[in-house]
Amino acid sequence: MSASTTTEAPDTTTAVKPKLKTSAMIASFADPGQKTAPAPFGHALVRAAEEDPRIVGLTADLGKYTDMHIFARAFPDRFFQMGMAEQLLFGAAAGMAETGLVPFASTYAVFAARRAYDFLCLDIAEPGLNVNIVGGLPGLTTGYGPSHQATEDIAIFRGMPNLTIVDPCDSLDIEQAVPQLAASEGPTYLRLLRGNVPTVLDEYDYTFELGRAKELRPGRDVLFISSGLMTMRALQAAEELAAHHVDVAVLHSPTIKPFDNDTVLRELGKDRLVVTLENHTEVGGLFETVAGVAVRQGAGRRIVPIALPDRFLDAGALPTLHEKYGLSRNRIVQTVLDELA
Amino acid sequence: MTPTSTPTTTQNRDTGTADFGTRIGRVEAAAYRARHYALNMGEVQGQGYVGQALGSADMFAAVYADQLRYRPEDPLWEDRDRFLLSTGHYAIGHYAALADAGIIPVDELDTYGSDDSRLPMSGMASYTPGMEISGGSLGHGLGVAVGMALGLRLKGSPSRIFNFLSDGELDEGSTWEAAMGAHHHQLGHLTALVDMNALQADGATRSVLSIEPAADKWASFGWYTQRVDGNDAASLLAALDNITRDAGITGRPSVILCDTKVGKGVPLLEEREKAHFMRIEEHEWQICREQLTTGHDGKAAR
Repeated sequence: MSASTTTEAPDTTTAVKPKLKTSAMIASFADPGQKTAPAPFGHALVRAAEEDPRIVGLTADLGKYTDMHIFARAFPDRFFQMGMAEQLLFGAAAGMAETGLVPFASTYAVFAARRAYDFLCLDIAEPGLNVNIVGGLPGLTTGYGPSHQATEDIAIFRGMPNLTIVDPCDSLDIEQAVPQLAASEGPTYLRLLRGNVPTVLDEYDYTFELGRAKELRPGRDVLFISSGLMTMRALQAAEELAAHHVDVAVLHSPTIKPFDNDTVLRELGKDRLVVTLENHTEVGGLFETVAGVAVRQGAGRRIVPIALPDRFLDAGALPTLHEKYGLSRNRIVQTVLDELA
Repeated sequence: MTPTSTPTTTQNRDTGTADFGTRIGRVEAAAYRARHYALNMGEVQGQGYVGQALGSADMFAAVYADQLRYRPEDPLWEDRDRFLLSTGHYAIGHYAALADAGIIPVDELDTYGSDDSRLPMSGMASYTPGMEISGGSLGHGLGVAVGMALGLRLKGSPSRIFNFLSDGELDEGSTWEAAMGAHHHQLGHLTALVDMNALQADGATRSVLSIEPAADKWASFGWYTQRVDGNDAASLLAALDNITRDAGITGRPSVILCDTKVGKGVPLLEEREKAHFMRIEEHEWQICREQLTTGHDGKAAR
């Protein structure tokens, strides 16, 4: 455990020993009792593949853990197990795309970004192939520790020309994104939420549109710009802040690249506290994307980042870690109230 | 090139009908022409991977002049055999073979490595007709070849896939990931050709990272493995024939380890110390061409 954090871990020395929380790799960030959908990526890929015979699936020994097993069961002849060999995974996906197929290749985000970058870059992105990379455990979605926490995957991938980056919020986002990723010509990277994934956006008048940011709720006092699972937290925090008489707008931007500059600039132009929320290090992700848009257009202004710190994170239970690193609803609300004070 | 309504080249697949001696002559002649092209390109730049181009010319010729099915006027013909240059820095040798095959005009070789040329010094798929993948970073080709082999098989294509790599690429772990994958997926229509020139950037391969016994390694990965004199057309063709006869049936991927000599065919360059990236003086190019011709004529007359 690192020594200095803004919020300390729960006190475990009290007389009544609390139930131990798991740091298991397979953990859920869904709130207790929250509506979820099972394996939305796997099922969406099956539906897309029924429509498009070009779609094939590959994985690097993580089919069961990236919901690819759903596809493998439905289309055994169109599924390819590449073994724990990420360089082969992406090289082979490129080769398949060269023959006219549309591969979805899954592994954990850490392995895609850190281990096989050269293969994504030279084999897939440079020739602009329609290969869709699916990275499990993005950001802080496992308590397993830095080996599996892809806290910097967006920062790594934003520098890659041609690559579209999508950070979906929930099951609905994923279901709607998959066919659009397959239909888009170039390579894409999907930050995968897997297992029982919360369903949140069905409560809003929302559809996923590749490359577009969408306002989920209007608000006069504060503008949240969020991506990924942090949109869910942004919406929860906005509800709670309403009780504090703070009116919060939430702008969900699931496509990090190409970024919806126009919509974001338009919203930045209104006189509100601007807060970005992302499940990613504050280096090189959504915050810096928004800041870059603002500065390029001369809209210099203060923007508050809610993001993971520029550190290797602790292992532990996800709720504990989200609280510790400022991603929980409570911490978001507190951050906003402090800013407005 | 004259566009015609019927394909002008799918001729290389007469391997079962042509006389073996005829095939050898065809390959040797193609290799000789390709070495000339490589020297001419090298002269344009004054430098380059000329030694590798000379050393591997017989390998390129054996594939392009004997094995590959392609249409020079339609490099993207769906049913073509694929030739993947994993070692992008061998592009000079590949361009020579592509010119000899009629896929790029011979005149265009003069633009090698120049501004706005379709023939950059490292092989790039988006630049050059007939170049299937971009190389330069090593250890990429075989993985892409595995995917192409899987994709073509899924589509019911009869195409074969040839992947050219170098002994230096055997250092790369990704090459062995792909070797395992090719065997696991039973890619009998995939053939790897490894230029075993015993040289890499920092010096002799054996001093950089030992890869021997290379043939044992490939065989233990399940590949149909042969090791031949890569500068001998008869040996190369015999090895390729063995693959057609044996490996395709068993479903095993095949590898031919080709022992070659950097600078082959030009004694002046064969003896050069710093052979990985050669600098050749202005007055030497003509000497090189003369030595090449003398050697070829001597061989033809033997």
